[in-house]
Amino acid sequence: MSMGAGTNRLGQGIEAMQGKAKDAPPKQRTSRWRFAWWLVFIAGVVYFFLPLLGTFAFSMKSIPAFSAYTGVLQDPKFYSTLGYSFVVGVITIIVSIALLVPTAYWVRLRMPRARPIVEFITLLPFVVPPIVLVFGLISTFSHPPLPFTHTDIGSTALLVCGYVILSFPYMYRAVDTGLRSMDVQSLTEAAQSLGAGWGRILITVILPNLRVALLSGAFLTLAIVVGEFTMANFLARPAFAPYLSGLGSNEPYQQSALALISFALTWLAMGMIALLGRGNRSRITVTGAR
Amino acid sequence: MAFLELTGVQKQFGDVTAVLDFNLAAERGEFVSFLGPSGCGKTTTLRMIAGFEHPTAGSIQIDGTDITGRAPNQRNVGMVFQSYALFPNMTVASNVGFGLKIRRRPQAEIDKRVAELLALIHLEGRGDRYPWQLSGGQQQRVALARALAISPQVLLLDEPLSALDAKIRVALRHEIREIQRQLGITTVYVTHDQEEALELSDRIVVMSEGRVEQIGTPFEIYNFPATPFVATFVGTLNAVEARVEDQAAHRLSLNGHSFVTASDIETPAGQAVMVAMRPEMLTLGEPATEADDVNRLPATIHDIAFLGSVIRIRVRLASPGGDGALIHVDTFNNPNLALPPVGSQVTVKFAPEGCLVLGHGGVTQVEDALAAAEAML
Repeated sequence: MSMGAGTNRLGQGIEAMQGKAKDAPPKQRTSRWRFAWWLVFIAGVVYFFLPLLGTFAFSMKSIPAFSAYTGVLQDPKFYSTLGYSFVVGVITIIVSIALLVPTAYWVRLRMPRARPIVEFITLLPFVVPPIVLVFGLISTFSHPPLPFTHTDIGSTALLVCGYVILSFPYMYRAVDTGLRSMDVQSLTEAAQSLGAGWGRILITVILPNLRVALLSGAFLTLAIVVGEFTMANFLARPAFAPYLSGLGSNEPYQQSALALISFALTWLAMGMIALLGRGNRSRITVTGAR
Repeated sequence: MAFLELTGVQKQFGDVTAVLDFNLAAERGEFVSFLGPSGCGKTTTLRMIAGFEHPTAGSIQIDGTDITGRAPNQRNVGMVFQSYALFPNMTVASNVGFGLKIRRRPQAEIDKRVAELLALIHLEGRGDRYPWQLSGGQQQRVALARALAISPQVLLLDEPLSALDAKIRVALRHEIREIQRQLGITTVYVTHDQEEALELSDRIVVMSEGRVEQIGTPFEIYNFPATPFVATFVGTLNAVEARVEDQAAHRLSLNGHSFVTASDIETPAGQAVMVAMRPEMLTLGEPATEADDVNRLPATIHDIAFLGSVIRIRVRLASPGGDGALIHVDTFNNPNLALPPVGSQVTVKFAPEGCLVLGHGGVTQVEDALAAAEAML
């Protein structure tokens, strides 16, 4: 009842605004819209930055000022866990590219009907939570004949496999979008008629034209791997996210500082995508008639 | 033995027959066009020569070697695509030299060959540009150079000019023909543009619904179409229904007016046949004052269209039962030409050689007509 009344009032309000807008000269109308857009923009900025600001303010409560940051940067575990996560991330990216680029290429070229199935499979990480995935991996690979969890390398390999699955939605979509921006069939056939085999076509024709798409997929994957907690924690890996979490119980100020540092690192990665991708777009999208 | 030979080539996609019993023997250095509407099987046939599609039946031979089962990268065939298909990540020079690099030729040889080809396509000094920095016409020339770089045995062009605007299209087709003649390379050109096919080709293969309708020189295809499809698809054509009056005397009648054709008539007297007349074979004149060998049909001017070099006049043939057929009469533009006003009575004149009987006789009829044409020339 009250909601209905509210909607009505809102409707009347919009009508009144529209009525006024109708009467107002065009210049006034434009400035009103601009004002509305600014309001939305400012709301977005506040929503995004307020928690960061709060985290920063909390991290500065440590005495002396910035001691939380110096504490983090002086902790050797910060570097070792971050380094571990980066290495695992890079291996994940390589495996993911090696697996998904040929798959997406083949699906686009020869099996377009299989596309919905492949897309569904790549979306599974959104449906199956990491906790289910990691327990599945542990229960399968913690005993013979494949006792992966018994060694450090084995556990890391399991972690990489899990991360490759987690990267599916991001990496597949990035590659598929990249492939969509070029005439895959004609480029493949042109290379074939010039004598190229499949390996050469993938490496010299398809991959270089996917550079920007692969970069964005790669950085998204890296961001996920660096921030992933569940799998790394249950596989007892010395990764960054478990370190960040563990810090919270003893050093709450340092944990906030670390959260901000990891944000900064993510932004740096995003900035690199923009920087490396710039100037290549036209080269990649232009095919066919001009 | 022919250089490029397709024997009984057939292609099925599920229940659909894309190409049916395709036979062609092209000589070394010949320029053959596949002409037909969309979906007629011309591109599928070309793709079978390139190896991108495998024939359901039949064989393809190049210079006596059967290549039917070979992978596309194992055939020495150059291909130019409608969408250019230049590698966007490579410069013009790298694109042109791509095939040679795969063949592991020394870099010095590649550079020399690339320079030669860039000169051939008039793009000297543009080797370091990227495809996106070139116009459509330039990109297609690079694609042509890339296909030629590997010295292919056969050059295949799949509607290479369709994406270009009219002026560039005409200029580039002259260039393609010039380069083809210069190199003496056996070429197969797919197009749906009859003007392109007529101008470029040594021979044209006209296709419809997967079938070869006719193979012949542009002169044969245009003047002596073997089937009603060829007659109507190539050039503008007046097709009217006439009745056979006298088979032996080659006499037909249209709306009660008698006329004579040079074609043989296989249909018995009293039955209907389809008669084709090219607009440029018809002239307008006064009613006959004295007997001669020219056919005359009374008509009324319906409308007149000025097409630049040609004036296309539409006339309605007189018919006792009401509206007769509308046919086109073409005449060259001339500023001194006195055109009859719309609605005036005229006579359409044409020689017996100017009208063909369609639908019967097929190839035999065309061969006879060709012999007659040669005798006339």
